[in-house]
Amino acid sequence: MKEPLIRMTNIVKRFPGVVANDRVNLEVYRGEIHAILGENGSGKSTLMSILAGLYKPTEGTMEVSGVERKFRSPRDAIACGIGMVHQHFKLVEPFTVAENLMLGQRRGGMLVEQGKVAAEIRELADRYGLAVDPDACIWQLSVGEKQRVEILRLLYQGSRVLILDEPTAVLTPQETSELFQNLRRMADDGCAILFITHKLNEVESLSDRVTVLRSGKVVGTQVRASLDRKALVNMMVGKELQVQPVRKSTRIGEVVLELKAASALNDMGRKGLDELSLSIRSGEIYGLAGVAGNGQRDLAEVIAGLRPMTGGDYLLDGESANGLPPRTLIEKGVSYVPEDRLGMGLVPDLNAVENLMLKDYKKAEFGGRWLLDYQKLSDWATGLVQEYDVKLSSLLQPVKLMSGGNLQKLLLAREITRQPKLMVVLYPVRGLDIGAIEAVHRLLIGLRESGAAILLVSEELEEIVKLSDRVGVLFGGKIVGEFPADALDLEQIGLLMAGADVQAGGEDSALSR
Amino acid sequence: MLFRVEKRMTTPPSLMVLVPVAAACAAMVFCALFLLLTDRSPVAVYGAMFEGALGSEYGFSETIVKAIPLVLCGLGISVAFRMQVWNIGAEGQFYMGAFAATWVALNFPSLPAVVMLPFMMAMGVLAGALWGVLAAWLRNRFSVSELISTLMMNYIAILWVSYLVYGPWRDPKGLNFPLTAPFPEAAILPSVGDSRVHAGLLLALVVALLLQFVFRKSRWGYEIRVIGSSPSAARYAGLDIQGNALLVMCVSGALCGLAGMVEVSGIVGKLQAGISPGYGYTAIIVAWLARLHPIAIVLVSFLFAIIQVGGFMVQTLGVPAAVATMIQGAILFFVIGADIVTQYRIYRVSGDGSEVND
Repeated sequence: MKEPLIRMTNIVKRFPGVVANDRVNLEVYRGEIHAILGENGSGKSTLMSILAGLYKPTEGTMEVSGVERKFRSPRDAIACGIGMVHQHFKLVEPFTVAENLMLGQRRGGMLVEQGKVAAEIRELADRYGLAVDPDACIWQLSVGEKQRVEILRLLYQGSRVLILDEPTAVLTPQETSELFQNLRRMADDGCAILFITHKLNEVESLSDRVTVLRSGKVVGTQVRASLDRKALVNMMVGKELQVQPVRKSTRIGEVVLELKAASALNDMGRKGLDELSLSIRSGEIYGLAGVAGNGQRDLAEVIAGLRPMTGGDYLLDGESANGLPPRTLIEKGVSYVPEDRLGMGLVPDLNAVENLMLKDYKKAEFGGRWLLDYQKLSDWATGLVQEYDVKLSSLLQPVKLMSGGNLQKLLLAREITRQPKLMVVLYPVRGLDIGAIEAVHRLLIGLRESGAAILLVSEELEEIVKLSDRVGVLFGGKIVGEFPADALDLEQIGLLMAGADVQAGGEDSALSR
Repeated sequence: MLFRVEKRMTTPPSLMVLVPVAAACAAMVFCALFLLLTDRSPVAVYGAMFEGALGSEYGFSETIVKAIPLVLCGLGISVAFRMQVWNIGAEGQFYMGAFAATWVALNFPSLPAVVMLPFMMAMGVLAGALWGVLAAWLRNRFSVSELISTLMMNYIAILWVSYLVYGPWRDPKGLNFPLTAPFPEAAILPSVGDSRVHAGLLLALVVALLLQFVFRKSRWGYEIRVIGSSPSAARYAGLDIQGNALLVMCVSGALCGLAGMVEVSGIVGKLQAGISPGYGYTAIIVAWLARLHPIAIVLVSFLFAIIQVGGFMVQTLGVPAAVATMIQGAILFFVIGADIVTQYRIYRVSGDGSEVND
């Protein structure tokens, strides 16, 4: 067998409190397209960042063409011919394509030879079909073109190993198929392509080999010839899911939330929600499974009134709630627990009292039309902190000093005490320890028992199985499958999460059940 | 051996006070070195400055007179800055306030003082407020940075007043100087004894206390604290960000306009070109150094007035009055530079413990 271009051996990467990569071995060969498959948080990005010189591994060795290397910075990696295209492009918007490619280059003298660089870029672009005008400014380019510039930059720097972090997440289907053709040309030319993904159809249509990561470990590698999507899903999700569902709700009532063919744009101006329909009843937890970035936040923001709908209907208790502002929805009993606790849900520099009162400060009991009675507010906050078991050293300390679990409890205390009739909660236990996770789950179950409708968005199947009365799968801004709690099929859910149904259809369809 | 800098999560309150004071002292030492280089004794110069600004009844009253517009403009600026609305337009709002008050005084000369003064005040406040709200409206409607619009509107206001005093409003009996006719007696703010200290001082102190109360106890104070601290959380909680931007610029402009009215009515007694020696700009520094705290703004304004009046006084020693400007600049420079101590913790480490190369 030929010599691998890259060999990573026993790579371990520890961050405070987490092992992101646990004794990972990976070999990459010249001319291959190698997919790195795994769910969010499985350690894919960390591993690739180590290869690109962004992180130093805690343990383990890396060889490039048989020579051991230690990268101190991305510059070292680039010098060894390894480059990475990040999900967020690192381009200087007002500069031209040529100027961006020249940035950081150390060859040549003091003078910049614009013409020569432009010619070199054209030559590279022609060879791999990466059509870009070298004199165009970055801000004028589409997302797909920007990505081409990033790839061109790597080639221009002389990289032979190209790492792409979820390259298709920002592309249209048309752009995706172009990208795949171009990548294939590069591989045929002797480059090695590594791409991070969690979409099965991409793995099937593009990669020569695929390595699956789960919780920081390599669970397996498959070659194209013997690709088995069911096996891949099992590797990704893990078969041995052993959670006992909590006693299911017995008091399911009227429909509280109903979305009919709701569409909305995401932050990139593309389709975030694609005619999504959904209904949730009171006393019910609807678990929404799916890989992050498939419209979860767009959905939550539409329900909270923070994102306009471009089509469809939003009904609350049977009445139209289209276009209502956040304030009105809050008053109608819609509660939103965002994923970004300190960025959106709480004000980091303000103290616990000021954060707890965020949605209630206008209540008559806390002052008149103009003033606030901080004594009363403080007493009220003390009560809440005790009731919800939030641990803090002082009510008057900025909340950014609190731990993740206590922040989440504080946030839930504020939301639950308002007795919402609908709560949308995103990734509620992300980054929390086991004790805090239990506490958060208890709070959500308690809220359900009091008759609220809850939309639980999570990427942890375990959490969804444990809490939900009904489970839906979100992919590409649509609900692609729905299961009652007593008829969950984890394999189907895993396939749907990876987009199997959308591309393959037929036998994998859960909708036809 | 390496030094590591780490962002502080919180700053001990003692540091918040100590550091700026130490920085101000360091600025004085820095300027002393400069004075030494020019063969002047810093002790003598500083002595003369403080003596001049505080030692005599005249000097003291001048210091207070200079502090009044700084306090009012500084308070106005602090209202906007608290919501992270960057009103750089205090100077322009000051001029518009002065203009509107003058319009009343010149057009209704026969009004009695009890009507005249409130009328002038109302118009001054209104003009400043409108000048401020315009920038907020542009920000809301077209996302124009208020930093730019307020700055540009300063020039419009300053030149507008110049046009008036050189043209239509010029006093025919004024020997061709660019001045309006003197105000009638009723349009002059009462002053303390025969000094130039006028009722504007009372106004400034009342406004400072009022704002202190509003910031700490009112609903609105809470709202602008939330919006200023985290706009995304404010939007999430359904707070009215655009409405508050209008309101904040309205109050901010109103206070600066009030400063302009007080200055024409209390000190100058007529409108003239260059009626402010840059109070609106100095007040930005004052507000910033005082960390937008109303009571601190009063104190810092007083300090800056001492430096300004003192700088004027030391001209008798052959020292240029620009020394005052130099000291102001140095203080700002040092205090902002010293922020690294309040914002970050600096400590020594050995070996390299770094994880991320990026």
